[in-house]
This record gives sequence, C-alpha cells and structure tokens, in this order.
Amino acid sequence: MKTSSLSKIVIGLFASLIIISGPAGSAPAAEQKAVILATTTSTQDSGLLDVLIPRFEKEKGYFVKTIAVGSGQAMAMGQKGEADVLLVHSPTAEKKFIDEGYGVNRRLVMHNDFVIVGPAGDQAKIKGVKTTVEAFKNIAAAGSLFLSRGDNSGTNAKEKDIWKATGINPEKEKWYQQTGLGMGQTLSVAAEKKGYTLTDRGTYLALKKNLGLEILKEGDAVLLNIYHVIEVNPTKWPKVNAAGAKAFADFMVSRETQDMVKVFGKDKFGAPLFFPDADKKVEELGK
Amino acid sequence: MDLIISGLGKAFRLLLSLDQEVLAITWLSLKVSGLATVISLLLGISFGTTVALTTFPGRNLVVSLINTGMALPPVVVGLFVTIFLWRNGPLGFMGLLYTPAAMIIAQIVIATPIVTGISLAAMQSLPEKLRLQILALGATRLQMLWLLMREARLPLLAAVMAGFGGVISEVGASIMVGGNIKGYSRVLTTATVMETSRGNFEMAMALGIILLFFIFLINAILSRIQQQTKVR
Amino acid sequence: MSPPPVSILTIKNLLVERGGARVLDIPAFSLSEGETLAIIGPNGAGKTTFFLAIARLLDPVRGTLLFKGQDVLRPELTISYRRRLAMVFQDPLLLNTTVFHNVAVGLKIRHLPKQEIARRVARYADMMRIGHLLNRSAKSLSGGEAQRTNLARAFATEPEIILLDEPFANLDAPSRDTLIEDLRLVLGQTGTTAIVATHDRLEALRLADRLAVMNEGHIVQTGACQEVMNHPANELVASFVGIETLFPGIVQKASGGTFTVEVAGQKIEGIGEVAVGETIICCVRPENVIISRREAGTETSVRNNLPAMIIKIIPQGPYFKLQLDCGFFLTAYVMPQSLENLALKEGKRVNLSFKATAVHAIRRGK
Repeated sequence: MKTSSLSKIVIGLFASLIIISGPAGSAPAAEQKAVILATTTSTQDSGLLDVLIPRFEKEKGYFVKTIAVGSGQAMAMGQKGEADVLLVHSPTAEKKFIDEGYGVNRRLVMHNDFVIVGPAGDQAKIKGVKTTVEAFKNIAAAGSLFLSRGDNSGTNAKEKDIWKATGINPEKEKWYQQTGLGMGQTLSVAAEKKGYTLTDRGTYLALKKNLGLEILKEGDAVLLNIYHVIEVNPTKWPKVNAAGAKAFADFMVSRETQDMVKVFGKDKFGAPLFFPDADKKVEELGK
Repeated sequence: MDLIISGLGKAFRLLLSLDQEVLAITWLSLKVSGLATVISLLLGISFGTTVALTTFPGRNLVVSLINTGMALPPVVVGLFVTIFLWRNGPLGFMGLLYTPAAMIIAQIVIATPIVTGISLAAMQSLPEKLRLQILALGATRLQMLWLLMREARLPLLAAVMAGFGGVISEVGASIMVGGNIKGYSRVLTTATVMETSRGNFEMAMALGIILLFFIFLINAILSRIQQQTKVR
Repeated sequence: MSPPPVSILTIKNLLVERGGARVLDIPAFSLSEGETLAIIGPNGAGKTTFFLAIARLLDPVRGTLLFKGQDVLRPELTISYRRRLAMVFQDPLLLNTTVFHNVAVGLKIRHLPKQEIARRVARYADMMRIGHLLNRSAKSLSGGEAQRTNLARAFATEPEIILLDEPFANLDAPSRDTLIEDLRLVLGQTGTTAIVATHDRLEALRLADRLAVMNEGHIVQTGACQEVMNHPANELVASFVGIETLFPGIVQKASGGTFTVEVAGQKIEGIGEVAVGETIICCVRPENVIISRREAGTETSVRNNLPAMIIKIIPQGPYFKLQLDCGFFLTAYVMPQSLENLALKEGKRVNLSFKATAVHAIRRGK
C-alpha cells in the first residue's frame, strides 16, 4: 500500500480544511454584532426578509441570524432569552407573551391575509358564504377533507381560533388531518388529496401554478394576518442584544422599510404580498 | 418520476451555471462535514485503538457505551448540543449557537462514536500475537500502532466512510444548532428540508441530487484506497 | 580444547507473575554465545512466558537480565535491546502485503537504507529458499512457505539471539522435516545463538547442543542433550524424556548397512546407513522390546540383550507400558497375561531384548 501517498492525502485534506474554515466562510461571531431574529417559516418563505435583512445589515452593521421556526417555537425562544427580537403573527399568544413580561415594545409592522383554498369542485359549497366561521361550519357539516398544519404556527393558531368560534371541535373527526408540516408542504398535501386548507396568501400565490387549488373564501376581517415585532425583555434576560433588537424593530417600522414592504411581490405576483401598517392602529385594519 | 428527471435537470443547470448560492451551500456542506469527519477520525481511531489494545477496569462498560454511541439519534444530539450552547446554557458565553462551528461540534459528537466503534472492532480483529510480534521486531509504540492500523486498513477505511456518511447526510442536528441561516449556516441537507417544506419540490430534488453526487464521489475515492490490493 | 563459552545472556532470580500467580521462576540461567538451546516441556510449562521475558515483552517482578554483561532491564534500553534479538512464533503472523515487504519489516523499523534492505531481503529469502516468492502476496502462501517467510524476516534483522517458540508445531511432517534441516543450516551459517522451544523431543535433539526441561514455570534440568536424556534429574524429567524410546549414541562400527552404537556404556546394534564417529539418535518402538526373566546362557537371534530394572508400570487399557532403566531409558509394552506370568513389578530386575532390525537410526547430520 502506498503509505506515503495516503498520509499525504490525509494531511493535505486536514490542513486545507483547517486553513479554509478559518477566515473565509465564517461570518463575524462577535456577540455584540449578532442579532438573533426568531420568526416564522411563512415569513421567511415569502422572501420578504431576503430583501429587508441585507439592507438592515448594511445600514446598521449587525449580523442577523434569522431562525425560522413556528410561532410557538419562536416565542418559546423569546421566553428563554435565546432570541433578541421576534417577528411573529400570533396575536393571542403575543399578548400573553407581553403580559407575562417576556417582551417589550410590541409594534405593529404589517399584515397580509389568510385565505381558504380548496378544490375547484367545492364540495362543501363555501364559495360565496358571508363569513369565514360559516365556511368552516359548512366544511364540518359536509365532512369534507380539511388539512391543518397542526404545528402551533401563526397560521395554525388562526385556524384554531376560527374553529373555536364555530363551536365545533374538529380534532377527532376523520375528515380533519394534521400534517405537522410547513405551509408549502401542507398546500401540496391538500392539492394531492383535494382537500381544504387555511393558508396565507403569499405562500399560496408562490405555489399557485402547481397546485390546482382555488381561493374559495377571502377578505373577512377574521382572516387578517397581523405581524408585530417584539423585543425580548432585557431586564428578564440580560444577555439579549437589546441594542440590536431595538435597532431591528425600529428598522422594521421605519419609513423606507414600510415603503419596501408596500411594493414587495408586485412584480412577481402582480399584487403586493403584504400591507405596511406601522403608522396605524390594529383596530383600523380590515376596514 | 418526472420530478426526479426535472430535478436532475435542474441540478445540472444549477451546477453548470455556477449558481452562487448553490455553490456556497455545497461548499459549506463539504467543509463542515469534512472537518467534523477528520476530527472524529483523530479522536475515534485513537480511542478505539486504545480500548482495543489495552485492558483496564470497566472496559466492558466502555465498550458497551461506545457501541451504544454508534446508534445515537442525531436529532437528540442536536438537542443536547443546543442546550449546552444556548446563551443561558453552560457554554453560552462562547456564542457558538447558530454558527457553522456549532454544526461541526454536533457532527463530531455524532461521528466520533461511529468511528470509535468500528475502529475498536477493526483492531480487535487482528491476531492477538501480532502486536507482540511487531514489538519483538523492535518497533517503537508509534511504529507498532502504524503497522497495526495499516494491517487493519480495510475496516478502518470503512470507519472513515461510515463516519463521513453519518454526518454529511445529517439534518436534524444541523438545523437545530445551525439555524439554517441563508449564506451562513445553510447546508445541502437543511436547504433540502426547507425547500421541501416550502413546496419547491423540484429545487429540493436538485439539491438532493447534488448531495448524492458528492457523497458518491467521495466514497468512490475512499473505496478505491480501501480496496487497493496492488502493493509496491 | 575449545575456549570456554562466552555467556551472551545471564539471568538471575527472574520472577514473572500474572494475576498474582507465579508463572515463571528462574533462579539462574545462562546462554552461551553461538549455541543452540532447546527448551522442552509440556504445554503451560512457561516456555512462551520465558521467551517474552527474555525479549522484554513481559516485565518481571524482580530479577536481573544481563545481555553481554549489560543490564537490559532498564526502560531506556528496551527498544535498542529488542532490536538485537528476534522472535519467531508458532503462527507466522505475516502482514497483509508481499513477501518482500514482510521480510523487510524489521529492517524498515530500524530505518535501514533502501539498498541495504533490498540486499538483506534477497540474501535471507534465498537462505530460507523463498527467493522466488518475493512478489507474492503473503496471504497466498502455504503453511511452510509462510513460516519460511517468518524465519527470513527474523534472520534478516541479523539478530544476536533468535528465539523460536514452537516454530514448526503447525506444519505437516514433511514440511517440518525440511524446515528443521534448513533452520539448522542457517543457524550454522550465521552462527546465531538460538533458543528453540518445542514439545517434540526429536526436534530438540536434531537442532540443539543443549537441552533444558521446563515445567510449571521452572527450569527443571539443563545440560547437554545426551546428558539430560540419559540422566534425567528426576522422575518428572524422566517421564518427559523417556516417554518414547529415543536415545542418542556415537557410532562405533558401521558396515554394510548395519552399525554398532555406544550408548551409556552399552553396545547396541541396529540397521541403517551411518558413519563411524557420528552421533545418531536411535529409536526402538516399545512393542519391539521383549522382557524376559534374568537367565544366563540362552543364545537367541536377538542381537541386543540388556539387563534392566523396571522403574514404572503404567496400565494403558489393553496393555501395560513399562519404563525400564538399562543404563538409559527404554519403554516396552507388555500384555497383561505376560505381566502376570512373569510376575513383573516395579523395582524388579529383568532382561530386555530387541532385535537389531528394531533399532532405527536418525542421523543428526553433523
């Protein structure tokens, strides 16, 4: 066996890896400069952050670590002080978060909306129904297949709120299936199985062409998906990067950012995906 | 079926057009798993060889632990490493969570027991008196270890491939401790999961195919070395 | 007169323990330069342990080990001392590479220059008659070829002492035979001091000048081969060396395929092609030995008639084994009926006889 050549390969590999993983490729790890942003998968999937975050990093010199998980996990991270700032859309849970003292400066950023999508056949006949609550009732009555994300995400929380309002508990029903997956995947499952699901408009638009599902209910005030930015409370968790968190939150509600939010998605989908609301009050939304 | 074919096509296009992001993700995958594998080899082969060639009280327990370690669920490793590297955790001051370094650490924890376990079996499979014969030929400890390892090169290289395979394909721990941050800690496996959850199946397939390609390439080289019977 | 032997290895009070039990206890031992010593003894006698202790692969609890007058038990001398010895085990323990590389291993370990390595490998491979196998993979060798490679590997390092631990035990009889001869020749050519451990008396006699008998971690007796075989120090040695009737002797007369050999003062006639003055090993199968009462005068066609005393009677199922002392040790088999008829008991003096045709000569080749 060629001993010397094998040793050379091994040593060479080792050395080059050590050298390369040193400077290049590794980003600045300085504590002060890193901001951990906990947000949701649907927010990340919309692509909005891919536009906003590089701007913020360039302007303020921070390195943002975007951790995209479900709303539930994002807030759990905030509760443990493992995130600096949250960008989430789960109002009931957020209020609890603030009340319990884990977050401060909850500020309205933007909204988009949810829609109910389903197969063109619309077996449950929800098209044209006046309210979302009624639409859900129809689906339950018809026993039509409904896909839920079942993952404590913002979308899931909204869906649960609606079911609560109907007075129906779908949990044990055969037509109610929980995927535990992200929005994109859940939509695929719904398309595959020709079922109904609640989705944010952005994700639906992005995948529309391959799905074969239609928007069957939209526009209801209840379907508003409202985004807030919350800074994690530094008095509870001294190790959070309070300065960075505040800088990011300020950035999200700033004039320029709000303008960018206004036009985001127009060229790709023909309509914007989000509606900037930093200067409004929650009650005003939904007209 | 057409998904696989269209994924194959997309994989080609991405690579040939030298798509920046895909190249960066691929390179990071190879770097992180490569470095983790090399370190696990150093730790695992030396530890496995030591346990194989020496006796000490509690040896049976150690061997059981090593063999258990070979089946450590990566996602559980990820959870443990996360808890340690959390800001408020014992190693939080190092600020390693959500960095490629954290991914390397988690992968080292996953791969080292695998390499150790296989090296242990490899060295134990050598004839008992061989060690004495080599020492009787006047070898120093280092010379003896080198000769024994060369003699066991077949299973030892299997250990290398098993260690590398275990981590290049790993996703659970990598997402947890790395955070799948774009341009920073996103690797082929985590990107594939993300694209799948977004419903971008073609992209996910393309990334998966690229990953498979590199795994095949590296294992082909290692297999070649392992099976080399032509001797000088 | 030859000059007094130079001691190459001197051991005093060597004690090796394993798990608290004494496995080797050697109060005194000395090895002369250039000699071949055979160590015989049953399995578990401690032969391997002794070798490992000499090669410093095992550390003694106490004792001194002097190599050419130098104390080599010091840790800093371990490697340099080991490199002056060579050890050959029963199992060839070759590496998974070519014959060339196997023979060269010891030389590479010593960092010898490439040319010197090539030279030595060629030389010693030829001596062990495997020169034509150098490019073969070690895995493809027969048992005998593998052991020859093992030996070549050991001799290539040009050791000052070579230790062989039952080197031929795993080989078939014909391979063993040729290999013993080849080993003898190489030892003679190189003048290497050697210790050979074996449980085969014949092998010991063929290779060695001196014999040591080991049992239970002790050296029970040591001396020239003839000395030990003809004058065992105690019953234990006797039972070990007298198990088969093998006795060495010097040829007095030889002609026409018959010879007379002198053994412990007795003249034994046998058949075989030998030369006068040669030391040969004679063997007589126990079943060819006839026991009769001590009587004077009866002429028989049997050439060898000797008075003897019965040392031991051992029942062996259908027959009895008798160990007799007639100046040297002989074993005879006797049927129970005969035992009874002749009233044979331990201590009784009898006459034993065996035909010349029952005496076979094994030439030692000197």
